[in-house]
Amino acid sequence: MSEQTRISLEFDVEGDNFVSAGKASEAVKGNLKMLGLPPTIIRRAAIVMYEGEINMVIHAKGGKAYVDITDKDISITLKDEGPGIENIELAMQEGYSTAPDAIRALGFGAGMGLPNMKKYSDNMEIESEVGKGTTVRMKINIQPDSEGQQQ
Amino acid sequence: MQKNDQIHTVKLDKDKCMGCVSCMKRCPTEAIRVRNGKARIHYERCISCGECVRVCPHQAKKVIYDDFSIIEDPRFKYKIALPAPSLYGQFENLDNLNYLIEGLLKIGFDDVYEVARGAELVSEATRTLFDSGKLKKPVISTACPAVVQLILLRFHDLKDNLLPVQAPVDISAKLAREEAAKKTGLKPEEIGIFFISPCPAKIHALHSGLGVSKPTVDGVLSASDIYFRLLPAMKQVEEPRDLSQIGIFGLSWAASGGEAATLLKNKYLAADGMENVLNILKELENGKLNDLEFIELNACIGGCVGGVLNIENPFVARAKLQTRRKYLPVTKNSISQTDKNLDYFVWECEPDVTNVMQLDEDINVAMALLERINKIEKILPMLDCGCCGAPSCRAFAEDVALGEAKITDCHRINVEDLL
Repeated sequence: MSEQTRISLEFDVEGDNFVSAGKASEAVKGNLKMLGLPPTIIRRAAIVMYEGEINMVIHAKGGKAYVDITDKDISITLKDEGPGIENIELAMQEGYSTAPDAIRALGFGAGMGLPNMKKYSDNMEIESEVGKGTTVRMKINIQPDSEGQQQ
Repeated sequence: MQKNDQIHTVKLDKDKCMGCVSCMKRCPTEAIRVRNGKARIHYERCISCGECVRVCPHQAKKVIYDDFSIIEDPRFKYKIALPAPSLYGQFENLDNLNYLIEGLLKIGFDDVYEVARGAELVSEATRTLFDSGKLKKPVISTACPAVVQLILLRFHDLKDNLLPVQAPVDISAKLAREEAAKKTGLKPEEIGIFFISPCPAKIHALHSGLGVSKPTVDGVLSASDIYFRLLPAMKQVEEPRDLSQIGIFGLSWAASGGEAATLLKNKYLAADGMENVLNILKELENGKLNDLEFIELNACIGGCVGGVLNIENPFVARAKLQTRRKYLPVTKNSISQTDKNLDYFVWECEPDVTNVMQLDEDINVAMALLERINKIEKILPMLDCGCCGAPSCRAFAEDVALGEAKITDCHRINVEDLL
């Protein structure tokens, strides 16, 4: 095959807007369903997208989401220019959250965002600089024989 | 009745259709397009919810149900009416449910089996299944067939959460037939079982056999049709006999939250109305609401009382049911009164998911199509105005990519910009 077919999607995630949060995740789900991918793959992509979106809304006043779909994998990149994560190791712990009380009152900020993103993706990398922003890269393998397993 | 999942329970009256986009915009599965000035239903996507019937300002959408004359068919030597729980909410001052039963006997039925009885048994069977610990949580109710069809169409991942229990109407139909055969000595096929339905979704489910290996009823009548026959008959009843055999639990199934309440769980959610149902399903898909045990979803606002074939406003009907409850015991039916075990209540066969969302079985073909759809979508105004005859710009992009519409059908883009 000369060039692999690739679906590239780009979304603006608006900050402080809980009503529209989840829109990018919804659109990605729609695309994946049209490709007829297995429900478990779609579910995992939906969860990591949604958690990532919510994180950007809560902590970073929004950002950008880039999604690349091939017949082998789904790559998701979430980029924001928010406050950055001081201690990534701590942020990865289940139940740890820096979300303000007002956000927690809405049922968010349970400290499961990043842990769930790691749990439901096959590969996750975080780059973050305090004061500059955070980039999260995630990959979900579509073909079970390819490397990387769900943890 | 033969199993038939191709049956169309909602149809368009072409002469009445004005080509407005009301139905198209409301359809939860984007199953409607307006072509050549008339609405067209794509039945492979239709879940028979009845939203289009409800919103059509010109009464151009019709629900297809059996004509009342079906009960006169000579095949049937003994005819049994199965009233839905919501039917009790349609009448003024019905302090005594027996008036309704007597009315049904007056208009031509030999017997009545209240579906609320089956509902009480289904509640008990569900509680038992919960206790067995075998259900995948959160368990999603399967009482509303429009919701079940919606999940099978759009939310494949949630299929395993569906409660694998037959609908109260199927349980009622099976028990009614057995009881009548025993009582009369007639063959089972000589007994005519007729459900009085509040909605097209249940009509479809009964024809297609949702969770049952073959249809359990012989015909499905409409609550609206029966209402006008029943009303004068009920007025003639002077002293009704004590015939009704239902409790609060059975009657509760008529409205949203009723089924959930009978399961005696604390962690449950009940949502009604198509938009709310869709929002809950999307949340579940995003991995949320996992701490709940049971989720009851009803496509119609208010639950079954909101069914498009009912007469009364759903909120008024619900209020009437509430006042009726006070005369009733909690429940009147239990599985131990029957000679059945739990297997009798669980699904005889699992319904299949439908792959209408998938563009092509070959992922490479699907990807090429999807790429085109996304490209087309980018040049559209994203107004979702519906003027092109598709419910959204996204749906229009799909139609164009699949060759079912032309890009020039969009009235809001400047065609010259495309050149």
